[in-house]
Amino acid sequence: MASNLKYLAIMDFTTIIGLEIHVQLQTKTKLFCGCPTTFNPDQPNIQTCPVCLGLPGALPVMNRDAFALSLKTAMALNLELANFTKWDRKQYYYPDLPKGYQISQYDLPFSSKGWLEIDVPSTGETRRIRIIRAHLEEDAGKNLHDESGRGSDSQVDLNRAGTPLLEIVSEPDLRTAEEAKTYMEEMRLLLLAIGVSDCNMQEGSMRCDANVNLHVHENGETIPTPIVEVKNLNSFRFLEAAIEFEVKRQCAEWQRTHIRMGAPGGYKTTRGFDPNRGVTFEQRGKEEAADYRYFPDPDLVPVTVTDEQLVAIRSTLVEFPAARRRRYQQQLGLSAYDARVIADQGAEFANYFDAVTSLCGDGKQAANWLTQDVLREMNERRLSISEFPISSALLGALLVRVTKSELTIKAAREVFATLLKEWEEQEVAPSAERIEAIIKERGLATVNDTGAIESVVMAVIGRNEKAVADLRAGKMQAIGAIVGQVMKELKGADAKVVRQMILDKVGIS
Amino acid sequence: MSLVTSTTSELLGQLASRSVSAVEVTQSYLDAIQRRDGQVGALLSVTADSALAQAAEVDRRRAAGEAVGALAGLPIVLKDNICTQGIKTTCASKMLKDFVPPYDAHVATRLKQADAILLGKANLDEFAMGSSSENSALGKTVNPWSFEHAAGGSSGGSAAAVSAGFAPLALGSDTGGSIRQPASFCGVVGLKPTYGRVSRFGLVAYASSLDQIGPFARDVSGAALLLDAISGHDRRDSTSVDAPPTLTAATVEQPLSGLRVGIAREHFVAGLDPEVEAAVRRAVEVYKSLGATIVDISLPHSKYAIAVYYLIACSEASSNLARYDGVHYGHRATEFSNLVEMYKASRSEGFGDEVKRRIMLGAYALSAGYYDAYYLKALKVRRLIRQDFDAAFQNVDVIASPVNPTPAFKLGEMTADPLKMYLADIYTISANLAGLPGISIPAGMSASGLPIGLQLLAAPFEEEKLLRAARMFEREHGPAPMSWKSGV
Repeated sequence: MASNLKYLAIMDFTTIIGLEIHVQLQTKTKLFCGCPTTFNPDQPNIQTCPVCLGLPGALPVMNRDAFALSLKTAMALNLELANFTKWDRKQYYYPDLPKGYQISQYDLPFSSKGWLEIDVPSTGETRRIRIIRAHLEEDAGKNLHDESGRGSDSQVDLNRAGTPLLEIVSEPDLRTAEEAKTYMEEMRLLLLAIGVSDCNMQEGSMRCDANVNLHVHENGETIPTPIVEVKNLNSFRFLEAAIEFEVKRQCAEWQRTHIRMGAPGGYKTTRGFDPNRGVTFEQRGKEEAADYRYFPDPDLVPVTVTDEQLVAIRSTLVEFPAARRRRYQQQLGLSAYDARVIADQGAEFANYFDAVTSLCGDGKQAANWLTQDVLREMNERRLSISEFPISSALLGALLVRVTKSELTIKAAREVFATLLKEWEEQEVAPSAERIEAIIKERGLATVNDTGAIESVVMAVIGRNEKAVADLRAGKMQAIGAIVGQVMKELKGADAKVVRQMILDKVGIS
Repeated sequence: MSLVTSTTSELLGQLASRSVSAVEVTQSYLDAIQRRDGQVGALLSVTADSALAQAAEVDRRRAAGEAVGALAGLPIVLKDNICTQGIKTTCASKMLKDFVPPYDAHVATRLKQADAILLGKANLDEFAMGSSSENSALGKTVNPWSFEHAAGGSSGGSAAAVSAGFAPLALGSDTGGSIRQPASFCGVVGLKPTYGRVSRFGLVAYASSLDQIGPFARDVSGAALLLDAISGHDRRDSTSVDAPPTLTAATVEQPLSGLRVGIAREHFVAGLDPEVEAAVRRAVEVYKSLGATIVDISLPHSKYAIAVYYLIACSEASSNLARYDGVHYGHRATEFSNLVEMYKASRSEGFGDEVKRRIMLGAYALSAGYYDAYYLKALKVRRLIRQDFDAAFQNVDVIASPVNPTPAFKLGEMTADPLKMYLADIYTISANLAGLPGISIPAGMSASGLPIGLQLLAAPFEEEKLLRAARMFEREHGPAPMSWKSGV
């Protein structure tokens, strides 16, 4: 790898990356039959029927819900929708493909030409990544191999066969592994926000293939190197690592061979990624070896989309994460960091934030609470925001007292912590009544009554002759003990007011 | 003996009046099968026990005054590419010789609901690919009229079964003439409905955009009755048309007034057997005598029909038959060293020559670099062929033509020359490409004693008109004679 790094240093090149993201749509049933789509690796082949098993005589029928979710996704990705789309058969032999073809979309996908904007963390730059197309297809099953090549048989699980899969193909607009990762993260947030997929990457609900090559700049010329497709990356980390590895590998390859894309030996190749070793490895050579013999599936009718359908689907779209971040920054004055933390937690968390903000009328205040207190408590208890015992209405009611100066932030934190403690230890459900009671019991309400503060200050001064003497002698740190004792008696008092009054009374100004 | 020579409506009348029981009817046909199918070879399996049990149940319900279906007690055989739950469905292929479907085809379900009695499964050309039933890997069907002659195909077993008195009714499938041609060879009525009229769910696909299930019967009204029982929308088949079942049996006896019969000039050309031409011309005269107007029409693109058909059908077949790879079900070779070898060996052993030929033709036509020139071009010409018919049906109600250029050919006569066999599909193929309904009805006998069929085609979804027109001729010409009397 040291030699690769050397090339990196001396070569002038641009990395070109395009992603094909596969997303499993969150439908109850498969794309062309009524079987459930539940992830169920422990009971293979039970979520099957003649249709998804590809038995003789079985016929596919399109799942309208899957198509509606696809349209919704396409709208969120700013894709142009075709008013006529059809199904094609992509033909190849593999044991996990029971019909010998996959029903997919070839030349007339239901959507094309869209984009997704990403905010690249390291540069702060906003980049618009163009999307070539998104099409719907059925997933294959899963082969379980005896890797030794001999010995026990391979096995096939067709539970997943026929699950609706959306393939979203980007233009090669991505330039770094970080951008690719950010793009995929943003895609995930968006799809989660609009509720079309659970995007569970461990279960394979979201995975991607990365097409990577270099544009080498040499002697005033830009030379593309052969494209490498790294298949089946199912985590952000792997995606980033695979691209970083490929860039180094392709640099070294270029230095060694000087083979450009399309030249003899310059074919597109397919590689896999080994997460344990952090390297990619060759899977298939010449791209032209695969001729899928696409043709329109005669078992399915073309799909037309009506304006009414589009209007109905559009009405179910929610605010996208990127728009939310922008709104938080521009309208609520949040920092880019806070805006991202809140929006990226998902729609439910962000909705909670929105509710708290509108109740307390202070976005920054709400953001501080959400990004610090609420997130910390959630994480410690491994709770989701929907499981969090303090509702947005309650937190809003608590914070509105802070914005109205009825409660100090410190006092509000005490209420917040007490509510959680009661809930945890005594199973007392947090409520408006409990907030009221805790404030009363602990005397947390802000004391604005100067007379009351004055009498306590005088009493404390009377009891602390030494501290007062020190103070008079110029030892300013002595005031701390006096303030502390006052505050102990008057929890809701403003410490700044107390401090000033002590100085006045002692005669130092 | 009289039971197996009866027409569908005669049998139904006797069953309804309880002058004969379903068990007696079923037993008569089973006896006929027992006696003669050893020679004819129409059936690949006979479900005697379940048939008799089903018949007894129909009798019980009828005796108890319970409601029974429209075909209650009528025996039927199904082409063995129509899935029947728990009963082997082989497609006459080594590949599926032990395949037992876990589900019924839509038509099989409908027949059960109608209380028809399933007697067995009929032989066919392997995966319905062929015109003589000689491509079956599992049996040899001969023409009941002459054992040296072919029963036709691919639904040869179904046609021969009805012709030989093994069942009053049968179902076949028609992709390029596979119902009409064997019907004409065997002297029975065979109807290919409009594409989409009958659900294909459970019909093992040969060429999905062309395949259509349809009835065989001894007379037109039997075919009408069976069509009514199996037609109608099925949501499991996306290409099934959202229309209620047909009601053709109710009107089939009513002649059409002002009937316009089209004669296409492209249909009477070199290669047409003079006896067949004469039979068709005589039929046209019959229509004239019934007051019909005879209209000369042209179908200019029909000369491309065979080329278009074999491109489209083979392309679809190459894809439809990809699933038979030895992995999940069907024949798997025992000798192989790796996955690709297993695919190769299983498919090489499991498929017959004609199936392999069509898979190769289709895979070639769909290959990168050839798709546009072959498959796509074929789709375009297909549309032109449909437009020819659309134009023709502006001026005529039905088009009369031969079914096949010749009466039944001798077994083995065509097998050496697949192209010659393909070219004989000239009259039937266009109806599949255009999605039209078509019927073959007996229209005479050749000097050598072989049946000759008359084909009538109608516009899409005009089955009612087609059947009424066919019945007009049948009434004048007389019903189909029984083959076994004249030779078996």
